[in-house]
Amino acid sequence: MSVRSPASTDGPAGDLRPVVEAVHITKRFGSTTALADAGIVVRPGETHALVGRNGAGKSTLVSILTGLQAPDDGAVAFDGRPAPPLGDRAAWRRRVACVYQKSTIIPTLTVAENLFLNRHDRGRGGLIRWSRLRRAAQELLATWSVDVDVRQPASTLSVEQRQFVEIARALSFGARFIILDEPTAQLDGAGINRLFDRLRDLRAHGVTFLFISHHLQEIYEICDQVTVFRDARHVVTAPVAELSRPALVAAMTGEDVTMPAADHPPLPADAPVLLSVRDLVTPSGAELSLETRAGEVVGLAGGGGSGKVEVAEAIVGLTRRAGGTVAVDGRVLRPGSVPDALDAGVGLVPQDRHREGLVPLLSIAENVTMTVPERIARRGLISPGRRDAAARAAITELAVKAAGPHVPVADLSGGNQQKVVMGRALANDPKLLVLITPTAGVDVRSKQTLLGVVEQVRRRGAAVLIVSDELDDLRICDRVLVMFAGRVIRELAHGWPDNELVAAMEGVDLHHA
Amino acid sequence: MPETLSTMTSPPAGASPSAPPSTSARSLVLTRLRDLALVPAIIAVAVVGSLVNPVFLSTDNLLNVLQSMSEIAILVLAQTIVLITGKMDLSLESTFGLAPGIAAWLVVDPALTRGLGLDVLPDGLAVPVVLLVGALVGAVNGLLIVRFGLNGFIVTLGMLIVLRGLLTGISGGQTFFALPASMTYLGSATWFGAPASIWVSLLLFAVGIVVLGYTRVGRALYAIGGNADAARAAGIRTDRVLWAALVVASVLAALAGLLISGRLAAVPAAQGDGAIFQVFAAAVIGGVSLNGGKGSVFGAFTGVLLLFMIINVLTLAGVPAQWTNFLNGAVILVALTVSRITGGKAQT
Repeated sequence: MSVRSPASTDGPAGDLRPVVEAVHITKRFGSTTALADAGIVVRPGETHALVGRNGAGKSTLVSILTGLQAPDDGAVAFDGRPAPPLGDRAAWRRRVACVYQKSTIIPTLTVAENLFLNRHDRGRGGLIRWSRLRRAAQELLATWSVDVDVRQPASTLSVEQRQFVEIARALSFGARFIILDEPTAQLDGAGINRLFDRLRDLRAHGVTFLFISHHLQEIYEICDQVTVFRDARHVVTAPVAELSRPALVAAMTGEDVTMPAADHPPLPADAPVLLSVRDLVTPSGAELSLETRAGEVVGLAGGGGSGKVEVAEAIVGLTRRAGGTVAVDGRVLRPGSVPDALDAGVGLVPQDRHREGLVPLLSIAENVTMTVPERIARRGLISPGRRDAAARAAITELAVKAAGPHVPVADLSGGNQQKVVMGRALANDPKLLVLITPTAGVDVRSKQTLLGVVEQVRRRGAAVLIVSDELDDLRICDRVLVMFAGRVIRELAHGWPDNELVAAMEGVDLHHA
Repeated sequence: MPETLSTMTSPPAGASPSAPPSTSARSLVLTRLRDLALVPAIIAVAVVGSLVNPVFLSTDNLLNVLQSMSEIAILVLAQTIVLITGKMDLSLESTFGLAPGIAAWLVVDPALTRGLGLDVLPDGLAVPVVLLVGALVGAVNGLLIVRFGLNGFIVTLGMLIVLRGLLTGISGGQTFFALPASMTYLGSATWFGAPASIWVSLLLFAVGIVVLGYTRVGRALYAIGGNADAARAAGIRTDRVLWAALVVASVLAALAGLLISGRLAAVPAAQGDGAIFQVFAAAVIGGVSLNGGKGSVFGAFTGVLLLFMIINVLTLAGVPAQWTNFLNGAVILVALTVSRITGGKAQT
């Protein structure tokens, strides 16, 4: 295979043709527009941040910049030359590489082999020369100061080492433009510092980065330029130094959209405490203490890696808590026991409905009544009549669009599937309803229905905990606890400004910025 | 590939040469040793065997062990190739019987074999037909598994039944005999003082070690089994490689069938029936993962060698043949448990 000499080795100075220039990019998936006339220009030697909230179009732009998808409209150019055709993977690899959150390393093979997969050094007779391959791998890693033994299986690498190996592999193809997709998401503080040192080092040698992160302070630490996407559009590109944190947050969130104000009656002073979480510690180290009273809706907000999902899963018993107590209506829950939580009156909408929420091939009726077999049984056997009646009630209450209770949930749309998950959570008339990202990936109408149900549940006198980073989910809450890096850092009463909440989720304090 | 190395220019000044961290040295040694994991067990069985019966270590007996395992060993090699890609092929045991069966059916003279056979092809074509049938079975497996994306387990289970039924159908459930000399040669000849089938199986294993360990296509098998998406991203034509692996495995199974037919000078309708369990057991004991991406040809060889040595020792010790299956199964379970305890990770 022929590999071109490296693109730019003489550092940031000099050549000012953009490393990559994407203009007027439009990409649609069915009826949703992932990118609308968006674009980005990355200049050689800079570290360019790409930020935006979920659904802003970042991932779509990355897949277009790496040649995995073709834009419906618009053009991509590298070093002033048009991008190669999609089929020519080798040509793309010489121009750009992406280190994804999901590893493209083969865990069962050695580091050396991963580096030279399918381009092994071969001698006479086409046989692989392992000693030369290992030496080449060692030299490659030494060149970029990656301290990893190339003979170990890739499965033994830490996340950080794995990223360094993937970066080194990308560089060995000749690419000097590397996209890092949330590289810090799985790293601890020391690991992040080491990664940043490495990035600065590489930048000094002419490597250009496009850095995607949800953590704004990282962008101020490592990046030169920042591009903000919002709702599939390019909003602003500016030097990081010229964009204050509040301005950056404002660019990400847009103007405050006034939502129909939910009714938030003050709680009666004697409303009983239904959920009491004391000094909860999750296996991953996140901590929470919280009291929620009957008729109260509490939001738990935070970005990815904030620990909000982990603490919620520990509360409902999906994971075993490492410390602390959780009590529902005075009854202390057994750690790591979902049956005990259900028995105590907890209803749960789990984070990933496909993985934990539904059995796709079973009917709506079976899914909705899965947690309450005793309620639909007659003399110890499940009564189809009672089951279907329960399911019909849920279908009506949640406005599930389906021909009847016997339709397999696999045939429903995402929004209707989520309503079935909600129906299951409500099937045991919960005292405490825990909703983890309840409106992720559902359409606006279903979102309205789902959030409307929360209001009804509250009126019935249950407590509700909504774990989400969606502003619409959190707006119906009486108060919102914001988590960052495993701790609650802010509590916002109902009526918070969007900017304030988003800034808090990003770990930025607007008042002290 | 020197061109690749030339791209690694612009070394950062002051780059520190990488020194292998000592922490990984231990795991490294373990990785290296996994190939040889069964060697102590094989030595132990050999010692026990010689204590049980001094005949065990005699050349004749060792050749006997090697010959009795040679055909199954080739099946294990075939299965190992498929398993490393993360698939499995149950139909190998039926191909093992059907391929020589079809060849015999087409060439033997019904006048000599009580009406069995067609005698439509010259004797000389028998061996090519055996291999061709193997290739065809592999191609059909590939069509269903790779092209149509069907589940490999069910497809090859169906093939196992269909092919066995086909052999029973054409033979009327009887045994083909009076095979031509070309079909019996490999299974009955003696080269350099040892049965040819031993040489053939050892040669195939040697080729397998080289191909899987030292060629790009061999490494592609591991890459696909380890992470098919990453393999595709690295430019490997995963479909083509999978297809080739299935065809090669079936051809190897056909060849193994030819060897045993030659040794017995006959093709019974039940040839290979039930062998697949022993094949899987030998491969897994030899360290080949059912999840793909892990294992080696040498390891598979030690697996099948250990299994047959134990059977031989049990025979020499006078254990009744009726107990062989019980002990076979027990050996498999014990071997898996031991590797789980020593390896620390589930053997899958």
